[in-house]
Amino acid sequence: MAAFIIRRILQAFMVMVIIGFIGFAIKQSLGDPVRELTGISVSAEERDALRDKLGLNDPFVVQFGRFLYNAAHGDLGRSFFYKKPAMEVILAKAPATLELVFCSAVLIVFLSVPLGIYCAIRPKRLFAKLVMGGSTVGVSIPVFLTAIMLIYIFSIELHWLPSFGRGETVNIHGWHTGLLTLDGLKHLIMPTVALSSIMLPLFIRLIRSEMMEVLENDYIKYAWAKGLPPMRVWIVHAFRNTLLPVITVGGVQLGVMIAFTILTETVFSWQGMGFMFIEAVERADSSLMVAYLVVVGFIFVVVNTVVDIIYGLVNPTVRITGRK
Amino acid sequence: MKRLFLVFALAMALLLAGCGGDEKKAEEGAAPEKAAETAPEVSKVTLRLAMDADPVSLDPQVQLSGGMLQYSHMVFDPLVRWAKDGSIEPRLAYKWEQIDPKTMRFYLVQGVKFHSGNPFTAKDVAWTLERLKKSQDFKGLFEPFEKAVPVDDYTVDIVTKQPYGLLLSMATYIFPMDSVFYSGTDDQGQPKDAIVKTDHSFANVNESGTGPYVVESREQGVKTVFTRFADYWDKQSKGNVEQIVLTPISNDASRVAALLSGDVDFIMPVPPQDLERVQGNPDLQLVIMGGSRIITLQMNQKSQPAFADPKVRQAIVYAVNNQGIVDTIMKGFATAAGQQAPEGFAGYVPELTPRFDLEKAKQLMAESSYPDGFECTMIAPNNRYVNDEKIAEAFVSMVSKIGIKVSLKTMPKAQYWDEFDAQVADVQMIGWHPDTEDSANYTEFLLMCRNAETGYGQYNSGNYCNPKVDELILASQIETDLAKRSEMLQEVERILYEDAAFVPLHWQNLSWASKKGMSIEDIVNVQNFPYFGDLVIE
Repeated sequence: MAAFIIRRILQAFMVMVIIGFIGFAIKQSLGDPVRELTGISVSAEERDALRDKLGLNDPFVVQFGRFLYNAAHGDLGRSFFYKKPAMEVILAKAPATLELVFCSAVLIVFLSVPLGIYCAIRPKRLFAKLVMGGSTVGVSIPVFLTAIMLIYIFSIELHWLPSFGRGETVNIHGWHTGLLTLDGLKHLIMPTVALSSIMLPLFIRLIRSEMMEVLENDYIKYAWAKGLPPMRVWIVHAFRNTLLPVITVGGVQLGVMIAFTILTETVFSWQGMGFMFIEAVERADSSLMVAYLVVVGFIFVVVNTVVDIIYGLVNPTVRITGRK
Repeated sequence: MKRLFLVFALAMALLLAGCGGDEKKAEEGAAPEKAAETAPEVSKVTLRLAMDADPVSLDPQVQLSGGMLQYSHMVFDPLVRWAKDGSIEPRLAYKWEQIDPKTMRFYLVQGVKFHSGNPFTAKDVAWTLERLKKSQDFKGLFEPFEKAVPVDDYTVDIVTKQPYGLLLSMATYIFPMDSVFYSGTDDQGQPKDAIVKTDHSFANVNESGTGPYVVESREQGVKTVFTRFADYWDKQSKGNVEQIVLTPISNDASRVAALLSGDVDFIMPVPPQDLERVQGNPDLQLVIMGGSRIITLQMNQKSQPAFADPKVRQAIVYAVNNQGIVDTIMKGFATAAGQQAPEGFAGYVPELTPRFDLEKAKQLMAESSYPDGFECTMIAPNNRYVNDEKIAEAFVSMVSKIGIKVSLKTMPKAQYWDEFDAQVADVQMIGWHPDTEDSANYTEFLLMCRNAETGYGQYNSGNYCNPKVDELILASQIETDLAKRSEMLQEVERILYEDAAFVPLHWQNLSWASKKGMSIEDIVNVQNFPYFGDLVIE
């Protein structure tokens, strides 16, 4: 077991270095941050002097070496636009994104589990067919379109919900949360729904198909034969075994959700990491962009590693075969 | 059941593992910016404002950009400012006179206070001009200026190196800063007057101007709250807005949605595709004005020998239906151009109108040295000017009718300018809005012979070079008789028109939209510096 865990952690570390390299390679072709920092009529020499000052004229190897050296010391560079360390900017924006992802995850868990189970045990009912049909549609509508439709209906036509931003937030030890004010919660509703819209159908279908597969097993047939009450068979015997693959996928999808926040946040001007990333790309704020990739990569890697290790604890066979 | 619970708990723990790690870090991280979360009091007259960007800094001299000048007009006051009719009106200087060819004397309003409480005097004007000449972005504009000499506390002489016809126009960029407030060193031991673009500086996060609004709180890129300055000197101003909450919303659709849903009161700019919606809404008002940002295409005579033939260049100008581009792509939200400067500018010549005539274009091509056409390359940005990519595509199809095959590449602005400078393509798009609000500036940057030493022709990727044009522009710079100067600049426009030195497309319009019952019509102008200090909300 220990060997398995060490192997996974080493793999995770390698992945981090590769992410850093790729992010840094992208940075080189992203464009020129100095253009964004100077008025258009500033002379070429002035601009070049500024590039020198920022170390942007050094060869790639030198810049990457400097980046690795600093990253090893926990410094991911400075954001040109925010005029602050990139890490500080990301951490200031993280609460917004994490709250959004958390609310969406909660919504997904609470909706997909009952719906998925229902569709598995009563696949022929009209409601189940509606859910499955709806989920097909849900998967195929892009997030930003869902977001724009929501804004159109609930903000522009009905004036029920605010169309952008986080609203009023409360500062708790530097964590600005929108979960504690009515205004903040109102602002959360539409982005949460939009972000969930992609994942929810996926989880409903996943739970349904896994559950149906489990229900075919001999031990379930045996449970029925024993005359156990249906609820006990479904929830305790069948759903428990359904949950394992769902957790694995859930862990991976959590990372994907963080990536999907980019679209949702952009449409709602939600001041989180995804929106910050898009703006950093547009402004060629390259240090901030690389820092974001590293941080998000880190979250991905940690989540996946933890999922694998848990899986290894729960199901010893994977330690031997190695899933990847 | 117990084991089921365990699995569930694990699932939840996972969810938190994704978040938890960061949670701790956020708490340990450096102190976050001051929260800008005070809900506006109901009693205050508040303007909720959404722009496409927010000021990049609180230092008015750190960057020369529209956004920073809009900010300067809120928190600082210039010596003089543009009026709506294009004249210059007094601000901190109530009177001015030319005392010799190189010197203009400004008489300053007395009893003006900075936000810090310090009194405003001639000393501050001199200090500000000195700092402008050190600013990377402004030093070029203020190159013709020698210094400012205080005569007494409320009189200051501004001296130029040569007689300079644009002295007064440039005084609209002198926003006196509080020299006492910005002197000395800050808590990090750095001089307070340092101009720093990418790092911390005192001026980036603190301000003391004489303007109508004080920055109450600022979270960069998220929200800035301005409060009306209690000791504001201009008691004549009818402005009654006590608080402005500025939110940057860069996404066009989101910005319009915020106005339509009533989440904000005022937006700028309004994207062309939404003009009708805003116009058709009885609760909203829309103000549109012809702007001075020209969109042009440059034809590189060095990389593409065909463009060295004036007949080919003329053929292209005749082949481009820029009125058509305005009507279809810009939804009428622009003015088709035949020259660089729009109406109202010194160099404007009424008879230089757009010249779309396909027959004539074909005929010119037939007469040129390339009767069978040729192939060339083109680049354009895709997120810098309104509909830039579509305009470029339209150009490609228009010139294909006269046998010119263009291969077009578009890219985001972050990458575009390096490619532009490297002149990677034969046809390159560039828009220009003169910082001096004057005709000569277009030609100085876009069409004078390229000269690395003087910086003239810095954006002349067409490599057009006409000594006559250069001579006229240089002469206009030291001409203080404005009528004579105007004639020179008009002469330049005529030459450029004849030579088909570039392809003029259109001037982008400016647009602002707000709820009804706000006097936005009175505070906006062609420079796009809304004077929010004078805004009246009923």
